[in-house]
Amino acid sequence: MTTPIADFSPALPTEPTWRQRLASLDSPYVVPVFITMVLVVGQLSFGFLESASRTFLAISVAIGVELLLGRLLLGKWQHPASAYVSGISVGILVRSPAFWPFALCAALSICSKYVLRYRGRHLWNPSNFGISALLFLGGEMVGSLSIQWGNHVWAMLVIWVLGAFIIWRLRRFHITATYVLAFICYAGLRSWYTGATFESEISPVTGPMYQLFIFFMITDPKTTVKTRRGQCLVAFAVATVEAVLRLAQVVYAPYYALFFVGPTALMLETWWAARSELRDASAAPVGSPARGVS
Amino acid sequence: MNHLKAAKVAIVLLFVALLCVPLAMKRWSRPTGGADLGQAVALARYGFHLKEVAHAAGIDFVHRAPTLDPKLAHVMPQVASFGAAVSVVDVDRDGWPDLYVTNSGEGSQNALYRNLGDGTFRNIAAELGLADVNRTGTGVSMGAVWGDYDNDGYEDLFLVKWGRPELYHNDRGRGFTRVSEQAGLPAWINANSAIWFDYDGDGLLDLFVAGYYPDDLDLWHLKTTRVMPDSFEYATNGGRKYLFHNLGGGRFEEIGERVGLNSRRWTLAAAAADLRGTGRQDLFVANDYGVSELFVNDGKVFREVGKESGIGFAPKSGMNASFGDVLNEGRLGVYVSNISEDGILIQGNNLWMPVEAKAGELKFENQAREFGVELGGWSFGAQFGDLNNDGLVDLYLTNGYISLDKQSSYWYDFSKVAGGNSAIIGDAKNWPGFNGRSLSGYQAKRLWLNDGAGRFADVAPLVGVTDRHDGRAVALADFGNRGVLDVVVANQKGPLLLYRNTVAAGRHWIAFDLEGTTSNRSAIGAQVTLYWNHQKRVQVVSGGSGFAAQNDRRLHFGLGPKAQVEKAEIRWPSGRVQTLTAPHIDAINKIKEPT
Repeated sequence: MTTPIADFSPALPTEPTWRQRLASLDSPYVVPVFITMVLVVGQLSFGFLESASRTFLAISVAIGVELLLGRLLLGKWQHPASAYVSGISVGILVRSPAFWPFALCAALSICSKYVLRYRGRHLWNPSNFGISALLFLGGEMVGSLSIQWGNHVWAMLVIWVLGAFIIWRLRRFHITATYVLAFICYAGLRSWYTGATFESEISPVTGPMYQLFIFFMITDPKTTVKTRRGQCLVAFAVATVEAVLRLAQVVYAPYYALFFVGPTALMLETWWAARSELRDASAAPVGSPARGVS
Repeated sequence: MNHLKAAKVAIVLLFVALLCVPLAMKRWSRPTGGADLGQAVALARYGFHLKEVAHAAGIDFVHRAPTLDPKLAHVMPQVASFGAAVSVVDVDRDGWPDLYVTNSGEGSQNALYRNLGDGTFRNIAAELGLADVNRTGTGVSMGAVWGDYDNDGYEDLFLVKWGRPELYHNDRGRGFTRVSEQAGLPAWINANSAIWFDYDGDGLLDLFVAGYYPDDLDLWHLKTTRVMPDSFEYATNGGRKYLFHNLGGGRFEEIGERVGLNSRRWTLAAAAADLRGTGRQDLFVANDYGVSELFVNDGKVFREVGKESGIGFAPKSGMNASFGDVLNEGRLGVYVSNISEDGILIQGNNLWMPVEAKAGELKFENQAREFGVELGGWSFGAQFGDLNNDGLVDLYLTNGYISLDKQSSYWYDFSKVAGGNSAIIGDAKNWPGFNGRSLSGYQAKRLWLNDGAGRFADVAPLVGVTDRHDGRAVALADFGNRGVLDVVVANQKGPLLLYRNTVAAGRHWIAFDLEGTTSNRSAIGAQVTLYWNHQKRVQVVSGGSGFAAQNDRRLHFGLGPKAQVEKAEIRWPSGRVQTLTAPHIDAINKIKEPT
């Protein structure tokens, strides 16, 4: 969800014009613009925000913390787009009449990027971490039962079509598709096992909380593994853990599933890459340069 | 380098501190626990104490829920979760407020408890023809509101039903005559709320009835299972709204849509009061599965001003509408109850406080959080009243949705389906079966004591409110004519509770028993503003408020220990303003509208 937007852009030999970037949807602003559109349209048509002031608070805190920590730890002002998306996600997904959960969740989300790192990578999708931590630790004051789109078909279709198109152009549609297919299969299994209707088991994925989850949260480039096959595998694993949590009647199963699976996959990948590099280096003939070292 | 290390350490510490914040907030905001302090300590500390005395007072009423079409059997606890209602009426004009309580099982009996004046009650519903009103095929009771529609001096009964709505004429307190057909009521409404009010100021009480389930559904003989709301927060497929205009002579004309009451939201509560000082009563409607609605009364038509007034955003699950002058400002706020379940759904209740607006306009801000009356569980009926006679209105809230197995909860399945698409949630067959599980059951009630400085504190268990039934309706009345408000609570599939109030000595009070002449004789809609000790408080005579409830029509004001009443100003529904200089304190002032 808190997509470090620049990561969606492949490294280009020359800087493309803004027209080219817009046409290819490689602009760092595509996701912020899309999620802002969702927010504005939703607010105008349904008034779905807990309150505009709470969402504004979440965005402000996220950007403020990002700028502060970037300056303190990296010595530079970070681009605010990623923090903006984090803030807006928190504003949409957190449900509480109080103000503090919005500020706290935004601050936790951004802080986790700087604190919870392994071999130079942050492990958790920031807003996934923030929301999971908040729901787990402060659940009595906070909820995330997200039904802000009015449960209507047309709104769901618009978000699905637009989100799928954007994610496809950003070359991450396979993650979403794998997760959704796995979710539907597991819904069938749960229905068979529990006796609940299939419709009730797929109901969550037709809701708005999942639209944000599948388009932005599980596709976050910074917190997904690198290979296409690995990404599909992780998406499948998220759906699998979620299915287990759902059997245990955990209300926030998708958040917690990603919370556990995402960082585990990243750590494994990072550890494996480091181990491979070490092995390659030790296997290389004496005097020859190790791979990656010029 | 050292600087960077220090920064890293500081940020890690900050991160840990942030993780501790929710735990600290959880501890800090924990609801009041504790046991009943006992009368002596509670009187010394809070100035009042409540004791549940229903059985001792001769009231042994247990509510029964309906059993709807078998197609809904798997979700019966949810779809049949209403019906316990209570209203206060002096049915025979003997000066002692009586109690009418509804039942909802097919063939079950409603009860009319006559106040014998000695602290006990006797059920006279059967004698008066108001008991056997839930016969199979006619639907079941969901509420009852009383108003003298023909101005003969005796309060008549409108019975709110999922089924055939009924109007009963009070035959001078000696019996009741069913006059539904003569009145022109429709054959079937699936309603949960109704109120009497004189919308056009002609001196005749009109009747607002708000549908919940669509009216074309016979809930006992369903052709489809598509009976659920099409959205959890934006549902507009509920029952229609009716305004029965009183034509006189016992006849009514339905004019709801014609005068702008055309909502199809799932209404659970309504209340009326003149909120703009126009002399006309405006209509506040609390809706389940959506935003509340505020219909301002322009004399002949209503305008819905929810969004303009600020109440029409942030859809929740409105289940109560009650008015209270919380800060003794002479202005009414509105309390709407919603759902809050720890860790799952935190809607928070709304206390809509009036704020400055242009003349003729209304603006409200939700200040429930600031006042500390926001989180009350799965909240239902609430009423404002000065329970300790300290001169400030307090707030009694009952709650609890479905109390079945204590060890298992339906919340997971509820949240799973409620967030889905309308095609799924609108069909009851897609909802998982309850299988004996609870849904926000066994909840602690709230009795919020007003400190007068903008904060309420929950003292419910400390002053004797310790029940954990599935509360629905709350009504307040001075049953003993002692100058203190007692509390009666109707519980779904549970007993009717009567909390008798004891207030510390030395606290004064005043009450007004109004009778209209040009205005409707029940004086419903009359507003009394009391000026005392350099402050003022307004109250309105209600034709129904809260959830499925009606308070005593007599208005009770606590005054505190040193009371100097300057005057009482009565704005009658006819438009007449009457000023009473130095009315008697510690007494019920019977006031007849001057002609």
